[in-house]
Amino acid sequence: MLHALEGSQAIAQAVALCRPAVVAAYPITPQTHIVENISKLVADGKLKCEFVSVESEFSAASVVLGSAATGARSYTASSSQGILLMAEVLFDIAGMRLPMVLTCANRAISAPINIWNDHQDAMTVRDSGWIQLYCADNQEAIDTTIQAFRISERTELPVMVCVDGFVLTHTLEVVDMPNAEQVDSYLPPFTFKNKLDPKHPLSLGTLVGPEYYTEARYSLHRALEKALPEIESADADWAKICGRASGGLLTVDGPESASVGVLAMGSVVSTLTEANEILPGKKRVRLMKLRAFRPFPAEALRQACAGLKELIVLERAFSPGCGGILGTEVRAALAGMAKPPAVRNFAVGLGGRDIPLGTLSKLLDAAKAQGNEGFSILDVEPERLPPEDR
Amino acid sequence: MIEIRIHGRGGQGNVVAAYVLAGAAFEEGKRCQAFPNFGAERRGAPVVAFVRISEKPILRRCQVEAPGFLLIQDESLLHIPSVMEGLKEKGGILVNSLKSSEELTKEYGRPMVALAGSQMAAEIVGKPLANVALLSAFLTLTGLLPLEALKKALSKRFRGEVLEKNLKLIDEVGAQVAAGLWKKEAKHVACA
Repeated sequence: MLHALEGSQAIAQAVALCRPAVVAAYPITPQTHIVENISKLVADGKLKCEFVSVESEFSAASVVLGSAATGARSYTASSSQGILLMAEVLFDIAGMRLPMVLTCANRAISAPINIWNDHQDAMTVRDSGWIQLYCADNQEAIDTTIQAFRISERTELPVMVCVDGFVLTHTLEVVDMPNAEQVDSYLPPFTFKNKLDPKHPLSLGTLVGPEYYTEARYSLHRALEKALPEIESADADWAKICGRASGGLLTVDGPESASVGVLAMGSVVSTLTEANEILPGKKRVRLMKLRAFRPFPAEALRQACAGLKELIVLERAFSPGCGGILGTEVRAALAGMAKPPAVRNFAVGLGGRDIPLGTLSKLLDAAKAQGNEGFSILDVEPERLPPEDR
Repeated sequence: MIEIRIHGRGGQGNVVAAYVLAGAAFEEGKRCQAFPNFGAERRGAPVVAFVRISEKPILRRCQVEAPGFLLIQDESLLHIPSVMEGLKEKGGILVNSLKSSEELTKEYGRPMVALAGSQMAAEIVGKPLANVALLSAFLTLTGLLPLEALKKALSKRFRGEVLEKNLKLIDEVGAQVAAGLWKKEAKHVACA
């Protein structure tokens, strides 16, 4: 049924439809409204679950680690510094192969402190072993949240659903909220074969020495790689129920004949889609929405890039002293192609800087000036800095 | 598509106004988008919220740079240069003020419509919050959506006495402003 809902409220309702047994969270802007809405659903008796208010994100992650280990469907959400404070536990959760879902309301990282949107928080924990899925709009946020529980429980990997802070979380728009029957038919009750159970004692996260650690880490790597088809089938199966897909691993839009491609993640894809539609026909690009960042769909990406002369990777974070994070990974993945496109790499919209419709044209112009191995920040104004800081 | 920018101060119900206006569009079967541009949120600080109303799904998520209409919750905001920035040619400015439209137009050198929103809200609702009054005036001036849609959207957020009084405020404001005064403008500022 269609509703006009704030993103956070829509995500909270989607989480409730998945019938979590435990939700633990600590509020942080711009995630707050999500957990506030969940706690209200619990208080109003509309969601029967254990809602644990904790004193920090470290504890929030620790509580869901424990609850997931007992076989309870578990959920948490955070942003920015909260994700960083969770970091140690996030690695533990993935390393212990505990299924759960976390919404990351993407926000910039301090210092300087900034509450607005970019992807530096999720990018910083990209090596934690979590699946990371990025949403372009609030419909995708709803549908991806529901899919995330299924992916997580089938793969025994935790899933981070990345939604742009404010741009999605605080935006009211029209969404189709699935009903309980649809979600119940898609998502069976959680049964976890490796759960902690006094009748069948088991140890999790024990000390592993050099003789076996490599194999443990290898198995985590393989589990993520094997999650690729699960992400695709979770989307395809959900589409059979509700009639819409969220984009599997990645989607391609725009004219097939285009020789220039633009790849991005998250809500900027929505703005780029409109910008691409209003470009003159010949200038239109092959627009790629990368939904799965971890596991990284290298093969699907190579297929999507076939025939391109140039690919512009536009990202919302970077690694100081190196350059683009997504751009570096895309370059590595495409190096295996017979005729790889030249990859240009830009960051944009850091710390909530607005990304206007004109960004696409500006990007296409800037790409002409950038060398193949380059990285630039599209909307930086260095002249505003003292000369010694440029 | 019509793009609207709402300027207010923290505590004046700016975001609620944006959400309710978008909600009213939804009640009429339209697509809508509303979001705040959060700054340092505290009472009294200038805040901005954006609304888009369209017949088709809305893809752009950037801030509204060239609004067709400005809703100003507090006349003192007109002294901030950026408030009127980007307003489309023939775009309308609606201001909550005790002055007359003529006085405001003369003072700021461009056409404006004044509404004693705070005063009316204080009298009818008991709180001097102009947001709902401004929405009623805006919809009456433009004819963009029926006031019934605004009432429906409001009744999804509020109930009881607060709702009843606000519904009365909507009617009283609607009866007071010049219906259809901005009808042409609403067509002129619409973008694809």
